Amino acid sequence: MQGETAKSRKNFAYIALAVLLLSLFVLNISLGSVYIPFSVVLKWMVGLSIESEIWQNILLKSRLPQSITALLAGAGLAAGGLQMQTLFRNPLAGPSILGISSGAGLGVAVVVLLFGAIQGVSLAGLGWYGSLTITAAAFIGAFGVLLMILFLAQRLKNNAMLLIVGIMVGYASSAIVGLLQFISTKEDVQSFVLWGLGSFNNLSWDKHVIFIPMVALGLLGSLFLIKPLNVLLLGENYAANLGLNIKRSRLSILLITGLLTATITAFCGPIAFLGLAVPHLSKGIFKTADHSVLIPAVMLFGGALALLCHLIARLPGFDGTLPINAVTSLIGAPIVIYVILKRRSLTQ
Amino acid sequence: MEQKEDYFLRANNLAIGYDKHVLPLHENINVSVKPGQFTCLLGPNGAGKSTLIKTLCGFIKPMGGQVWYGNEKIERIPEIQRAKKISVVLTDRLDVQNLSVFELVSLGRTPYTGFFGKLLPYDIDLVHRAIEEVGLKGYALKSIDKMSDGERQKAMIAKALVQETPFIILDEPAAFLDLPAKIEIMQLLRRLSKEKNRGILLSTHDLDMALQIADKIWLMAQGKTLQEGIPEDLVLTNQFKRFFEREGIQFDNFTGSFKYHKEIQKEIILKGEGNTCDWVARALNRMGFATVAQGSNYRVEVLQDATSQFALYRSNKLVLQCNTIEALMDGVIKSFAAESKN
Repeated sequence: MQGETAKSRKNFAYIALAVLLLSLFVLNISLGSVYIPFSVVLKWMVGLSIESEIWQNILLKSRLPQSITALLAGAGLAAGGLQMQTLFRNPLAGPSILGISSGAGLGVAVVVLLFGAIQGVSLAGLGWYGSLTITAAAFIGAFGVLLMILFLAQRLKNNAMLLIVGIMVGYASSAIVGLLQFISTKEDVQSFVLWGLGSFNNLSWDKHVIFIPMVALGLLGSLFLIKPLNVLLLGENYAANLGLNIKRSRLSILLITGLLTATITAFCGPIAFLGLAVPHLSKGIFKTADHSVLIPAVMLFGGALALLCHLIARLPGFDGTLPINAVTSLIGAPIVIYVILKRRSLTQ
Repeated sequence: MEQKEDYFLRANNLAIGYDKHVLPLHENINVSVKPGQFTCLLGPNGAGKSTLIKTLCGFIKPMGGQVWYGNEKIERIPEIQRAKKISVVLTDRLDVQNLSVFELVSLGRTPYTGFFGKLLPYDIDLVHRAIEEVGLKGYALKSIDKMSDGERQKAMIAKALVQETPFIILDEPAAFLDLPAKIEIMQLLRRLSKEKNRGILLSTHDLDMALQIADKIWLMAQGKTLQEGIPEDLVLTNQFKRFFEREGIQFDNFTGSFKYHKEIQKEIILKGEGNTCDWVARALNRMGFATVAQGSNYRVEVLQDATSQFALYRSNKLVLQCNTIEALMDGVIKSFAAESKN
């Protein structure tokens, strides 16, 4: 925050992250199972018309929306994770800590498994309508849990209790999901499992009409929480003494994180790891606890990391697309362990 | 420096406690904190010090009576205004990585900064000055998780300073510090209360320190009405004795400190002078011996000898010469034991 070295370090890190993000975005659009020459991609990106209609369709209808999905989902989950870590003063908190992802999972499970079992309609075979129904179900589940959490937050004084409620919601949801799986057909269970693996590929432009504004709203809202988040670093008592309205701040933070997590989970499935790890990685790079630096930083970093994972998931040789959760966790876990070990050796 | 009484922090028939369904921990508290005054709230663990402090800060509501600032009740003052009246240093431990001293202290400006919490040049200047005033010059960019407890506590005090409140309330600010750090913090707070005309209230269970340094002491113990006064009056009117004496512990009005009450079994003559002699007497007292000028078979002499410092005599016969008080005590105990066998 102060001091020339700290300032120049911060600026350098910002620029590096922005360049990284941009290059990964371009790479995501350029690379894919269908080879399109880079010069053609560039031409298309600056707005010139290109000859091949197939290529144009692939770029516009598949790669661009996917890349935007990855970028926004990464940024949103990271911002949510950072807020939860600060609010609960717990380095293990992530956006899924409130049970919102589990709520989304439950919604999907009810639609996919229960309706399948009762009416004998397999959503797996319904194509586009099926996918829209799944999104809607996840949306309802996620926002249902969010509303419950907000309701409880007004009544519970203690943040730790809220945390426990979130975790309990998670357990209860998985129990019900397990029950539903038990009575369902193989195909339905498989389509549920597929949803649970997460994907950035499911968003066509007609879904983006909802996705982009909602995530943008959440990201914008996060920027307005910088001051309360900074004060909350000191804990609730100090924050109250510094004039912060604890209840209102807590509610705003939960609402914004909830909006981000619920939207992203509904459209992409539960994305593991990003929301937990990116704040840690960003804190390691920027060496600050100041949210006016960290919030923009985690958004850039989260977006870049999600794009990288999306790129890896589509590497040639991986037939089709790998589940994004497998990539985020497999790439991410070693990175986090490495960072933690390195930081330890520095302090000792 | 005469101030209007309206702008003291005043407790009026205050009753404090956590649970509405049980009796208050304390009732009928009538005290006030004045700007420029250094007050210590003294009491044993569990006396309700923290509860009183939290009530005065407005964290918990009074169970009866009121806390006043000016002509407003403290709990009625909007949060943001209250943040400009009272600042706190609590026992809550800070566990944040990469939070620099500057960042921590600048959070004290929160009530004054705008929506995004951006610091103006005036704020930055104030923060740097406060960091110097608490003796952390050169630490501005240091991360608080790499500092000692004492240094962290000083940073919290700087945070309270930049909050620019007439009152600063501290809950056990020296509780987990070692003795030198403890003295340093207490002296710092006293100096700040005088130089900056802040009313400082802190809770402690360190009686010695409070007696030496406080302008005013509030005495608190379970089941007793809170007493206040300047240290000297409290000693002379035996308030201390009444508040703190328990079985085996005695408050010595003469030295102003506690003594472990021990039965004196034997007498022993001590000859010698100076500091060394005082410490030998202390060791003998601790072992249960009273030192007298005459009338005992036993005699300890503190020598100015080059070869040995202490000598023990029984019936004028030399028993032992040695260089440490430990060896001397061994000798005393052995020869007394030998005598009682005979």
